[in-house]
Amino acid sequence: MRRWVFQLVVTVSFVSLLGLLGFIAAGNLARQGIATGYGFLFGEARFEISESIIAYSAANSYGRALVVGFLNTLKVSLLAIVLATFIGTAVGIARLSSNKLLAGVAGTYVEALRNIPLLLQLSFWYGLLTVTLPVPRAALNPVTGVFLSNRGVVLPMLEPHAAFGHAAIALVLGMAAVSLLNRFAKRRQEKTGRRPTIAPAVLLLLVGPALASWYFSGAPTALDMPRLQGFNFIGGMRLSPEFAALLFGLTAYSATFIAETVRGGILAVSKGQSEAGRSLGLRPGLIMRLIILPQALRMIIPPMTSQYLNMTKNSSLGVAIAYPDLVAIGNITMNQTGQAIEVVSIFMVVYLTISLAISGFMNWYNHRMALVTR
Amino acid sequence: MKVFLATLLVTTALCSAAEAGETLDRIKARGSLVCGVSEGIAGFSAPDSTGKWAGMDVDFCHALSAAVLGDADKVTFKALTAQNRFTALQSGEVDVLSRVTTYTLTRDTALGLDFGAILFYDGQGFMVPAKLNITSAKELDGATVCMQTGTTNELNVADFFRSIGKPFSPLAIEDVNELNNAFFSSGRCDVYTGDTSGLAAWRSSLAKSKEDYVILPELISKEPLAAAVRHGDQQFGDIVRWVGFALIEAEEKGISQANADEMKTSADPTVQALLGVSPGNGKALGLDEAWALNVVKAVGNYGEIFERNVGAKTPLGLQRGTNALWNKGGLIYAPPAR
Repeated sequence: MRRWVFQLVVTVSFVSLLGLLGFIAAGNLARQGIATGYGFLFGEARFEISESIIAYSAANSYGRALVVGFLNTLKVSLLAIVLATFIGTAVGIARLSSNKLLAGVAGTYVEALRNIPLLLQLSFWYGLLTVTLPVPRAALNPVTGVFLSNRGVVLPMLEPHAAFGHAAIALVLGMAAVSLLNRFAKRRQEKTGRRPTIAPAVLLLLVGPALASWYFSGAPTALDMPRLQGFNFIGGMRLSPEFAALLFGLTAYSATFIAETVRGGILAVSKGQSEAGRSLGLRPGLIMRLIILPQALRMIIPPMTSQYLNMTKNSSLGVAIAYPDLVAIGNITMNQTGQAIEVVSIFMVVYLTISLAISGFMNWYNHRMALVTR
Repeated sequence: MKVFLATLLVTTALCSAAEAGETLDRIKARGSLVCGVSEGIAGFSAPDSTGKWAGMDVDFCHALSAAVLGDADKVTFKALTAQNRFTALQSGEVDVLSRVTTYTLTRDTALGLDFGAILFYDGQGFMVPAKLNITSAKELDGATVCMQTGTTNELNVADFFRSIGKPFSPLAIEDVNELNNAFFSSGRCDVYTGDTSGLAAWRSSLAKSKEDYVILPELISKEPLAAAVRHGDQQFGDIVRWVGFALIEAEEKGISQANADEMKTSADPTVQALLGVSPGNGKALGLDEAWALNVVKAVGNYGEIFERNVGAKTPLGLQRGTNALWNKGGLIYAPPAR
């Protein structure tokens, strides 16, 4: 009872303190003549953004500009999370290898990159990319249509066509079929002890329908070829050096932490487990995949969650190398409108939402992977 | 950076609004003037080889300190980024912002600021490597344009390219060193845009030879630079405005650092009023009657400040141009000090 009263008092006083601060702040802002409110989001932004997933021009609103920044943040964070997970896991396992050379290389990589501040690494990679690559007029052209310069990599892209939409739908359907097939195979294995070979069927289900629907929708192959016009390339698809440097730096840096997490998780699995597997005659690869990793995963997931959260937040360092993420766009907005408190509040809400979404997903996954005792 | 910004925000919101006379009292009680300057823009505010701040904006801080405290050296300089300068002023971190800041409507109103006398007529321009052989900004089709984020540059460039109907690719960089690298060393961008005074400043300090880069003739914006104070303290706003005008008036009347004391015997009533020989102006501003005399003795008149920091004999090598006195073909003009 006393505990509840105490908690109630603390909560009420905290909330009223926040309310009081908000009240004073609002009063003072009004008295200083500083505009407040979120109305500015609908005003014309009047600035350009170097790269965007959705269509954007200076005539769009501040709100849309911030969405562009948000999508750029998501793009680089999600890609970095996926890449760093694969690289980190591979390096973590490599560090435990009995091959001295492999373990040594992996160890050097982890120790070197983990101990240099990320901001420094980003500046380094960005500088290296932009200084070493030639200017657009002298761009490297290894294959027809592919240009490599310090404006980034420009690739030919397929001209948009309805057939690609059909193929994407077919691919999703194929994936659903694969998951059904997988469940069937698992049930068969539990019943008979033998796992049916499904790999060829999986390949067929994934590629077949997608390819077929593309073919029957007209089989478009028209390419949008990039070409040099004026100062820059137009057409095709562009990968900017800012994005490349941020993705590379973020991945390389975070993979070291993931590698250590994976290594710790594997070491935490009792040695008897792998010895038992070996005495059953299993190959080392199978022991790792079927015995060690599933058990290590339970140890790995919780620290991995915080690595993912860190990567999302670290992506905001891209502002230093001109990557137009949420923070970069927000800073421009803040400067043009002067609505600092509002923009910072948007930052907080967005990062909080991304973080809660990631940790919610990881908690669900962790729960699924938790040890089930029979 | 973020922690700093957040602290500033909270302090802005919680400190009470500026009230008349408050800033002046605070400066006198503290015994020094806190002046917000840039992190280092040659000619305007940058530390010299001995670590002392120098430049036009810095000289204005000294002038203000001479007027208010009677001593030009009682100034504490705070280096601010383009990004955090307004929050620092709003929150009372600095008394006055003397940092190549453009006088605009939004800043005057929604940001809760007041501006002093315009002490430099600047404009946004483009700088390109000379080897590109470009003579007009209209030829910059599809060019990658570098600029500092947190300024009005982004907006002006987008407006300019929209008006000529050509595409361009912006590269807005926050850190000024990264920005300079992107243009001067790596060639990541074709064009550097910013206030022409600033472009000349970077060219003077970073280019191997001044002739390697040209500033194109088009000016795409008006950038009148002025010192800013918090809105609400009209008295301090008046002081900042009139210290600026006094510098201009001194040049017009031929009062210089060297002859200021002699000029007190001048028969010209305007000079007498300005230098406090005939009293009244000081009392009206809430300052010592010798305020303007102290200012000129400390830093010289407007022309001297210009020539010393950015003029033809300095590395920046700027001509007076629009910044000449009104009676010499420029725009620099002060209302009468009477």
